[in-house]
Amino acid sequence: MDYKEIIASYADKPGGIIEAFHAVQSQLSYLPREVIAEAAQVFNIPVSEAYGVASFYSMFSTEPRGKNIIRICESAPCHVAGAAEVVQALERELGIFMGESTADGLFALEFTECVGQCQATPVITINGEPYLDVNAATIPGILAKYR
Amino acid sequence: MAEEMRIVLRNYGKIDPLKIEDYIAQGGYKALEKARSMSQSDLIAEVKKSNLRGRGGAGFNCGQKWSFAYGAESDIKYVVCNADEGEPGTYKDRLIMENDPQALLEGMAICAYAIGAKQGYIYCRGEYPQVIKILNQAIEQAVTKGVLADFAIEVRSGAGAYVCGEETALIESIEGSRGEPRFKPPYPPSQGLWGKPTIVNNVETFANLPAIVENGADWYASIGVPSYPGTKIFTLTGDVNNCTFFEVPTNTTIRELIYKFGGGIPAGKKFKAVQIGGTSGAFIPESQLDTPVAFDNMSTIGATLGSGAVFVVDETRDIVDVAARIAGFFEHESCGKCAPCREGTARIAEIMENINDGFGEMSDLALLKKLGRVMSVSCLCGLGQAAPAPVITTIEHFMADYQAKIL
Ligand SMILES: Cc1cc2nc3c(=O)[nH]c(=O)nc-3n(C[C@H](O)[C@H](O)[C@H](O)COP(=O)(O)O)c2cc1C
Ligand code: FES
Repeated sequence: MDYKEIIASYADKPGGIIEAFHAVQSQLSYLPREVIAEAAQVFNIPVSEAYGVASFYSMFSTEPRGKNIIRICESAPCHVAGAAEVVQALERELGIFMGESTADGLFALEFTECVGQCQATPVITINGEPYLDVNAATIPGILAKYR
Repeated sequence: MAEEMRIVLRNYGKIDPLKIEDYIAQGGYKALEKARSMSQSDLIAEVKKSNLRGRGGAGFNCGQKWSFAYGAESDIKYVVCNADEGEPGTYKDRLIMENDPQALLEGMAICAYAIGAKQGYIYCRGEYPQVIKILNQAIEQAVTKGVLADFAIEVRSGAGAYVCGEETALIESIEGSRGEPRFKPPYPPSQGLWGKPTIVNNVETFANLPAIVENGADWYASIGVPSYPGTKIFTLTGDVNNCTFFEVPTNTTIRELIYKFGGGIPAGKKFKAVQIGGTSGAFIPESQLDTPVAFDNMSTIGATLGSGAVFVVDETRDIVDVAARIAGFFEHESCGKCAPCREGTARIAEIMENINDGFGEMSDLALLKKLGRVMSVSCLCGLGQAAPAPVITTIEHFMADYQAKIL
């Protein structure tokens, strides 16, 4: 579906712009300017307000980024369980730093706060799917699934 | 000594969460039937009498909150479930929704009948896409069975903003706006979602209701500490042997949580501190571990029950580093609407980072305390008001650790 159709399918939902943004992002991995402008028109709000919504929430990105979004939890329980090591391993494995995307457009690396899977820390998510108890040794195997 | 007691998680592991038939076979939806046979005001009086208090952190009497929305004049009213669960170290609402989604729907339907609402929303955090699927399936089954009658429930997804757990920010987010808290009053029971009377309750609060209606207020009020009766789900993280969850009566002590249920500290190390209620909670030293976990007992020691997260740190941990990380959390999650929080969280994070990196001065500690006092009284919502607590309480109880980094 093209982004206009996706946004249009939420037009009847009061306050549905956030749902629409989620739906577009699951296809494009970020929210391009035209998407924000289109959503503003469909939900009948100024473009500035639609941009305000897109930029407020940490799961939305207004900049292009890699297709598979890797998020590393840095909240206190994951922090003491060794999240920093996981960060290093991911950066090494992908050859990029936190906040960047790989040149082939396959991966984006981001920090997140707690994702509510704290029974087995540290935790990362890839496209929302949680991986528990991760460490430097398990990272390559996890990434292989997305390559 | 307290034993585990499952009221909210009574069906955990016993039913297929995706089969409404299983839930009904366990007696599910009988409570809703009973509630609908009562008058609205009798039902609210019963909930009030049970003394069920909100499980989302503020501990407000549930029935009393409902009575405000019941009394509000309006054709349209809403029931909203707060499933934003953003407090680090917390996953109890996820457990309920994944394992017994119908209990939540039944609780919401009881509330809807009590206040006269036809539309409900579950605002579920964006980090739980699998839970959103479960909820949607559960709703579909409940609609097919006809158990909800004319009460409709829609799931809305958050998008990664801790502040959206604050009820008015949550309402803004459902309305499709930036999740910034509103000025209060008016409170949601008089003017909430789209300006209509709205009840916002936590997942765990709603999930308690079927059992309360079924077994009666007196039964519930007699469990745990009378001022905050019932059970509470705790999720244990950090340096504790059993990093898992427990549902226990509210007269359980912090020590029991850590040593009895949590199995103590791993590798024979010593306890240093515990932070309860999530990342905005106070750090609690050994000397206060015999406090019962109930809401007011925790307030007495300057701590909070909050979400029921229990984060344990052992003697080998650098508590200044942990507090600095937490300060970074609040800087990131401050929504920026009010200046004391926007600026305050940034300054606390800056000073804490300095101290943690070895560039701090003793005068910084006085500055942090003053800033903390100002924020606790001047910030618009609970985020900024509570943000200084972890820093202030670690300075209070673990001064030597700060001194070691400063000198
Ligand atoms: C910054 C902040 C975050 C909050 N996060 C949550 C949350 O994730 N879940 C929740 O139920 N309540 C949260 N609350 C409390 C809600 O504002 C509100 O008190 C609660 O949803 C009411 O439900 P209850 O009475 O059933 O507890 C938060 C409050 C603040 C100030
Ligand atoms: S603290 Fe990392 S998932 Fe909860």
